[in-house]
Amino acid sequence: MTGRRTAIALAVGVAVMAAVAGVWVGLSETPPGVAPAAAPPASVAAPAVDGTLGPRIKARLFYVAADGQHLTEVEQDVPYSNQTAAQARTILEAQFAPVTAPLVSAIPAGTRLRAVYLTPAGEAYVDLSAEVNHAHPGGLVSEMLTIYTVVNALAVNLPSVHDVQLLIDGKEADTLAGHFDLRRPLRKHLQLVVAR
Amino acid sequence: MRLRDTLRTLLLLAALALSAPTALRVSGQAPSATLTVISREPHRPIPITVQGGRELVALEDLAVTFQATFRDDTNSLTLSYKGRTIALTPDQTIASVAGRVISLPSPPVRVNGRWLVPLDVISRALSGIYDARIELRRQSRLVILGDLRVPRVTVRHEPSGGGARVSIEVMPRAVISVARETPDRLTIHIDGDAIDAAWPGGQIPGIVLGYRAIDKTTTAIDLGPKVARFKSTLQVGDASNTMVIDLQPQDGSVPTATRPLEPAPPPPVASVEVPARLASGSGVRTVVIDPGHGGDDRGAIGPAGTLEKDLTLTLARRLKSAIEDRLGIRVLMTRDDDRLVAVSDRPALANNNKADLFVSLHANGSQRPEASGATIYVADFPKSVAGGTSTSARPAERLLAYGGMFRDIELVTWNLAQAGHRDQSQALADLLADEFRDRVPMTATPVEQAPLRVLQSANMPAILIESGFLTNPDQERALNATDFQSTLAQAIVDAIVRFRSRPGQPHP
Repeated sequence: MTGRRTAIALAVGVAVMAAVAGVWVGLSETPPGVAPAAAPPASVAAPAVDGTLGPRIKARLFYVAADGQHLTEVEQDVPYSNQTAAQARTILEAQFAPVTAPLVSAIPAGTRLRAVYLTPAGEAYVDLSAEVNHAHPGGLVSEMLTIYTVVNALAVNLPSVHDVQLLIDGKEADTLAGHFDLRRPLRKHLQLVVAR
Repeated sequence: MRLRDTLRTLLLLAALALSAPTALRVSGQAPSATLTVISREPHRPIPITVQGGRELVALEDLAVTFQATFRDDTNSLTLSYKGRTIALTPDQTIASVAGRVISLPSPPVRVNGRWLVPLDVISRALSGIYDARIELRRQSRLVILGDLRVPRVTVRHEPSGGGARVSIEVMPRAVISVARETPDRLTIHIDGDAIDAAWPGGQIPGIVLGYRAIDKTTTAIDLGPKVARFKSTLQVGDASNTMVIDLQPQDGSVPTATRPLEPAPPPPVASVEVPARLASGSGVRTVVIDPGHGGDDRGAIGPAGTLEKDLTLTLARRLKSAIEDRLGIRVLMTRDDDRLVAVSDRPALANNNKADLFVSLHANGSQRPEASGATIYVADFPKSVAGGTSTSARPAERLLAYGGMFRDIELVTWNLAQAGHRDQSQALADLLADEFRDRVPMTATPVEQAPLRVLQSANMPAILIESGFLTNPDQERALNATDFQSTLAQAIVDAIVRFRSRPGQPHP
């Protein structure tokens, strides 16, 4: 009897997750007029994920490509949330999680997500801890990869997010590492994404 | 702005109709606009198709227009011209141009049996195989072939003292002639092979009724019945000249349509000659070199410990000497020691010293050591910037001047100052990429656009040079080598020499 209940519970769980994933795929369709990513997402070597039980979605996360000048994407399960702001947080937390080779993250070590704010106009404000600046290795390309790792993670996975503004330690910043203009919200940058 | 763009398009189409009545059409796909090719021959249109928000042109149309041969083989699209070939691959954003690899913002797409490619193929790929200069002016949808003079003309009008003031800015400088041929028409002729003009929309009731293209370089202003006379004044600037035309009513009061016209105080034809070659010392007279980073801002760090801030200062000093020795012009540096200079202060120094070029020197960094090659950046602006990047200028503002007179000054939005120089900056970057070829290893996309803070406020042609990846051990060694630094400096000087020798540029 216990075994049967477990089986039923598992079946229901699988059905719920499949339904959620189906809804999510529907929501995540690339809007008309936006070019698809340069490469289909890989599904290997994903970073460690939260072990929390519950429904999950497939999110596209971004890491430094082998040439060191582009991003490449990896598909990963992240916890599902029925609130967009909470979903944005779970996606970014997965994006910020440490990774192992062959993946290389463009997020400087120790960077924490302080807060995420969403506006009805489709703007997301992502408040990062000061480590994103202090621990950054420097250089224009690495700066750009860091920025668009965050921007793409939200704008690609959340259809309602069009623009992403980065804040550092709660404040607007001129740049992250001396080059790229951060004073205004940014759109996703799929040209920066290449196949693994 | 949209109305202005529409008028610009209408004027171009009108000019086109005068010279090339036959228009190409894309079968089965309605083109949403037209790219106009200006050359010594009659102007030619290339239909533009907008897809996914991106403007595309057909490879077949490019082949016809540029006398190239197009081949559509399996998995390979080629355009060949006099033995040089562009090779594109469906679904790939990488293309080969005479053996060099370039990147495109989007891959070729097949629509109604035709292969469409982004406009960048013209500026990045065709220019690499064609035997004449190709300049793409994306905003005005013009392609200029060869060394033609096609000045940019920006016109504004506003009510003034019962009449109106029309200001016509021409860049680079060219002769502007104004004549009142009939009481209801003022003709404006601008010397050149064609003009790239944006005329204002709307009317000023009773004074300015509209603008009409007469031919490729002449435009008529339709005057209303209130205009009694006009007065024109030429203002000569460093890079442009501006004809200010005051359309005046009778006695400064509101005239009636039946009042006879009085002769204008100035001669009916006001033509001011601008010398084709400027006086000694003009042209590129001041260059500002910006050694990136400094002080607490170390920039990128090499595996052997090289700091970007030190390398950029060394490179800047070497470049300063090379420019002064070879060109004998003034060179300023945003820093000459190890100190932090705010990113906004760097272009401010160039603006305040009326520099003609701004060159920011950097060394790149990546999270992976494999990254390699130099890249030249020009400024881009995020799409969210209000008003886009079409212009940095706001309407002129009238200030009280000495003696109770008024003086009109053109206001430039500080953060968008570079917007008015992007084509020139792109031209300088392209020349430098050409000079780097065979001398300095480059990335697959040697010229890139990015919203770079240090360039956006520069009110002159400006580029940022990432001379190589400091995080790559081999490149770190090369960047520290004196020979390589000299090669970099010489290539930059060579590019500046070519830049100031371009047609339409003032010569020293």
